Amino acid sequence: MNDFLAARMQMAFSLGFHIIFACIGMTMPVLMAFSEWRWLRTGKTVFLDITKAWSRGVAIFFAVGAVSGTVLSFELGLLWPTFMQHAGPIIGMPFSWEGTAFFVEAIALGIFLYGWNKLNKWVHWASGVIVGISGVMSGIFVVSANAWMNSPSGFDWVNGKAINIDPVKAMFNAAWLEQSIHMILAAFISTSFAVAGVHAYLILRKGANAFHTQAVKTALIFGSVAAILQPFSGDFSAKDIAKRQPAKLAALEALYKTSKPAELIIGGIPNDKEEKVNYALHIPGGLSFLTHGNFKAEVTGLDKFPKRDRPPVLITHIAFQIMVASGILLAFISVLYLVFSINWRHILLKKWWIVLVACATPFGFLAVEAGWTVTETGRQPWIIYGIMRTEDAVSPMPGLHYSFYIITAVYILLSLIIIWLMKRQISSISQYYNSANET
Amino acid sequence: MLTIIIIILGASFLLYTLLGGADFGAGIIESFAGKREEVTISKAMAPVWEANHVWLILAVVILFTAFPLVYSSLSTVLHIPLMMVLLGIICRGSAFTFRHYDIVIDKSHKYYTLLFRVSSFVTPIFLGIILGAMMLGRITFDTTKGFYEVFVAPWLNLFCIVMGIFSACLFAYLSALFLVGETTIERERKMYVRFSKRFMLLTMLMGLLVFIAASIEGHDLLSDFLHSVTSLITLILATFLCPVIWHFLNKQKNKTIYLRIGAGLQVSLILIGWFYIQFPVLIKMKSGSSLTFFNTQAPESTLQQLLIALLAGLILIIPGFIYLFKVFKIKSNSQ
Repeated sequence: MNDFLAARMQMAFSLGFHIIFACIGMTMPVLMAFSEWRWLRTGKTVFLDITKAWSRGVAIFFAVGAVSGTVLSFELGLLWPTFMQHAGPIIGMPFSWEGTAFFVEAIALGIFLYGWNKLNKWVHWASGVIVGISGVMSGIFVVSANAWMNSPSGFDWVNGKAINIDPVKAMFNAAWLEQSIHMILAAFISTSFAVAGVHAYLILRKGANAFHTQAVKTALIFGSVAAILQPFSGDFSAKDIAKRQPAKLAALEALYKTSKPAELIIGGIPNDKEEKVNYALHIPGGLSFLTHGNFKAEVTGLDKFPKRDRPPVLITHIAFQIMVASGILLAFISVLYLVFSINWRHILLKKWWIVLVACATPFGFLAVEAGWTVTETGRQPWIIYGIMRTEDAVSPMPGLHYSFYIITAVYILLSLIIIWLMKRQISSISQYYNSANET
Repeated sequence: MLTIIIIILGASFLLYTLLGGADFGAGIIESFAGKREEVTISKAMAPVWEANHVWLILAVVILFTAFPLVYSSLSTVLHIPLMMVLLGIICRGSAFTFRHYDIVIDKSHKYYTLLFRVSSFVTPIFLGIILGAMMLGRITFDTTKGFYEVFVAPWLNLFCIVMGIFSACLFAYLSALFLVGETTIERERKMYVRFSKRFMLLTMLMGLLVFIAASIEGHDLLSDFLHSVTSLITLILATFLCPVIWHFLNKQKNKTIYLRIGAGLQVSLILIGWFYIQFPVLIKMKSGSSLTFFNTQAPESTLQQLLIALLAGLILIIPGFIYLFKVFKIKSNSQ
């Protein structure tokens, strides 16, 4: 493996690993604070039990998220020193705000996890709310730094140097809002559906009880609202990308030729040599409508870009299909959930419904990983879109592939341990929480 | 503006050394202590360790925002030791949390503990090595000189290794002093007092070796200290604090707060002294030139925004941090 590819793989792997923990770190505090609030209001111990059971898991995810995040702040330099040398002063501002938000989050989490017996109940609850708010804030800041790579602004690039730097303009670049909304919603969808799914699975295995039923309900409230909003956010993003990064849009839709009207290509396997997509479903005018709101509009294809400026089509297109399909599936389940809980509550207790929720467990995170692949791969060959190529930013150190192997091995091992630990936690729920035994 | 940013950077570095250092040291002390101490140590560290380590993130963010060239140069040339630090950070944090939160206690506990302890040794050693490499002046960016000269030689030498061991000893010393006040069991307290004394002596010895190793590697650290009055005074004061702390350690009932203030002062004095001889240099290079605060600073507009973020951040962080320590450290001691 050559070093450039190794560096890209290591970055992809590290981010793909961290993003799961970041999503959980953003969502779970909100779910826990919500559940604790219901306990404080109703006095029902089931909500307290749920909060406590969740917090044991969250402590593990949060710690691994914190260390893998620390690693990323160094990896940016270890792998892409040239990028950081120029981008640091421009996007350092969102990063320093992110650092602040994360700091507040770590402090409040310490209070939340260990303060159960030391604090007033409402103070304790407030610390949970602070964890949730600062978690979401740090997510927004990091994503806006990434958005800047897609939509660089707030500087002038003269002779390979950034001058007239305006960090505020850089942070509030054209992509920050749509990317942040999309990411936050994605975090809530993925985590909520995973949580609901695991509890649904436990209902199937051990029979329904107050603990799991309420846990599914709490998670689905947040998950379904987010999943229904997400397609709108996605549409907003796609229209924006069509304007800002037409090459990315063409790659993710696998549109090789500029067309008027452009057809929507669903699924299939893009073939770069013949510049066509095999085994796909074609919807005439579909892409024109989705990007411009008009069935006859022209959509820019990859042919408008020289070969060396095109993103890899195969990965981007397939990842995009996975993301959209998963998102639609979850949005569909969410609509059903809301409809059922308004008028047909008895359906929510039916076995087929619980099986459906259990089966939905992985799709949120699948969509997150696929979506992250789309935005990162779709930006290639640029690290700063239109300004700096990824290959020009890589570290000159020989032997980068060794660090890729080591990091990959460590992260795979950690993932396995965490899955195993979660299994252990889950299997002891009924031992620790009485409400998990009530039917 | 630059001055305030440098002060905040220095303060984060100092707080990381003190708090993160005591945290690393806990893993070292634990290796020499028994099974029961493990519980005390876990309990003392669990609520605060994550917050303690965020000081490092803050320092890194300031470095790459305000002094981007320093950050990119360090991460290029010192890739290997930095990678070791990262592996240590990942393994340590994960192993510690796994151990604390694994609901079933069985054989796996032994592996978490092993991993936690090994990484508690490795990480501070490589942190010290990195610091040593920044001081020694063997760093070069001329990649034509070959892999060893550019990516290994600047940090793999006697001076840097002694610096690494010095850091580990210092951290263990800090941690032992901190733990004296964290236990209510007399036998355990006595043991931490013993560890404090041993690691104090060991740290002083290693401090001496740092000067000797420096001169062997051709870096006259001693004359640097002798030429700067401030540095010399801080060094003398830090050494003078040793018998004072020793005295407090010998008292039947330890005044925890004096011990902690004493240790905090010592480390601050050492770092301030070092800062004075190093300033404004961040990385000394083989060519004789250096990367300094001044020749690598980011444009004014960046520094201004960074400062706003930092000051606003500190207004949020400092009260929160004090509250966290009040809830878990002061309250638990008085109970």
